[in-house]
Amino acid sequence: MDAYEKVLAARAKGRPTAMEYINGIFTDFQELHGDRRYGDDGAIVGGIGRLCGIPVTVIAQEKGSSTKDKIARNFGSPNPEGYRKALRLMKQAEKFHRPVICLVDTSGAYPGMGAEERGQGLAIAENLMEMMTLRTSVISVLIGEGGSGGALALAVSDEVWMMENSIYSVISPEGCASILWRDAKKVREASQCLRLTAEDLLEMGVIERIIPESDKDFGTAYMLLQTWLKKAIDDRKDVPVDELLEKRYRRFRKFGSNE
Amino acid sequence: MIPRNLFKRANNELEGRQVAEEFVEPTQTCPDCGVETAVTELKDNLEVCPKCGHHFRMNSRQRVELIADKDSFVEICPGMESVNLLDFPDYDEKLRSSKAKSGESEGVIVGEAAIGGHACVMFVMEPEFMIGSMGTVVGEKITRGFELALEKGLPVVGFTVSGGARMQEGILSLMQMAKTSGAVKRHSDAGLLYIVVLTDPTTGGVTASFAMEGDIILAEPGALVGFAGPRVIEQTIRKKLPKGFQTAEFLLDHGFVDAISPRSGQRDMLINLLALHSGAQAPKNEEV
Repeated sequence: MDAYEKVLAARAKGRPTAMEYINGIFTDFQELHGDRRYGDDGAIVGGIGRLCGIPVTVIAQEKGSSTKDKIARNFGSPNPEGYRKALRLMKQAEKFHRPVICLVDTSGAYPGMGAEERGQGLAIAENLMEMMTLRTSVISVLIGEGGSGGALALAVSDEVWMMENSIYSVISPEGCASILWRDAKKVREASQCLRLTAEDLLEMGVIERIIPESDKDFGTAYMLLQTWLKKAIDDRKDVPVDELLEKRYRRFRKFGSNE
Repeated sequence: MIPRNLFKRANNELEGRQVAEEFVEPTQTCPDCGVETAVTELKDNLEVCPKCGHHFRMNSRQRVELIADKDSFVEICPGMESVNLLDFPDYDEKLRSSKAKSGESEGVIVGEAAIGGHACVMFVMEPEFMIGSMGTVVGEKITRGFELALEKGLPVVGFTVSGGARMQEGILSLMQMAKTSGAVKRHSDAGLLYIVVLTDPTTGGVTASFAMEGDIILAEPGALVGFAGPRVIEQTIRKKLPKGFQTAEFLLDHGFVDAISPRSGQRDMLINLLALHSGAQAPKNEEV
């Protein structure tokens, strides 16, 4: 698959969305709603569940499945209250020493009037700051689209993984093509230039792991993901929090630090 | 009236050239009130329209001159340059032309400075360098600025102007949002002050990171500040945005900035805020 085919695969109709991952990986999941500030954003699902028996906080961007569901979830494009809900649940996880698992799937934070009026930029910025020093382990997995700052707001983590056919980019290939060549149709070329595939990003050190998508129903993928998440959490169980945070800081500090 | 020299040809090269090169004072037209002002007059007036107070964009060196104490600014990592890490089309050329246009090596200058005698670290983004877009070098310089301030226990005073993350560096520019935010957080957790002044335009990945992370957030009058650009929003909602949407005043009304800071009183405002946070600057009566 070339980069453009990966883009299409990441957005493909019928590709499992966050709720399916949650059902496939966690048990006893209880959804927790609302940001306690303004409202409840359907584009972000949050709650507590068990990963192989261990209580974890799960925060996920959900695009929706049926048309009605997609509209309710704003096609997975969060508003500020979604990011604030995410932060509230992360702080809650910190308080109860629960690991946090984020599932990322968004074409981007919603560019609407209400989002600007309620401080979209601030909401993302606060997540970036707070996640960097969240005193519990955080693992993020890109399951479909990782659209720019709207994705990063759930991906300042100890490790970031990608599903084989997910993408992660600073701008959509369409947006890039229209800026670069004033031609939104040159998406294939733009996809190539942006280096947005899991393989490219692994090579660049932006992610730590690729989860293969070997079967169509994702059963094997969920099992693998469950096993690796469990291991990642176990590995960090006895690591002093300050050491964990130092590693997290260094993880992001390294990008572009060579003169 | 027929000019007397209508049919008179230039006698020599010098006469001819004089006519051709009659000096015309270059002017700039205010986008708000339409009044033309001579570029030199505008410069003397801090790049502010003398008629209506519209704040034109100001380059980074001019800002340092306006805000910092004379000759106090000592730049860190000057001349740090971007490389085309992803082999992105046309990026080398873009970097070359931006350098020529701005006279700067990248989209931000960072240094130690004093403002009204208060030592601080200053960063000032450069509108003429790809509208201050954030690539790895911009992220790195700002991060080093905060790390230096943390090491020396200094406040940070920053001026943002940015179109957002730099597309040409792909995901690595996105990572700068996390990197800079981490550095701001460490500086903040140490109890140190960060004042940021948002200037026109501040958008995208910069708004969604260090621009919104100040303890005190000021904005210049009329500055466009937002996450999504106005055109993107208009395309999404399929209607025109109301006038004044995403301006500094709009942000003030919605509770996202602490105060509007016109350029004329900006240095004094910053000095006052720095003094209010500076224990060492409180009256000590040591002489008594």
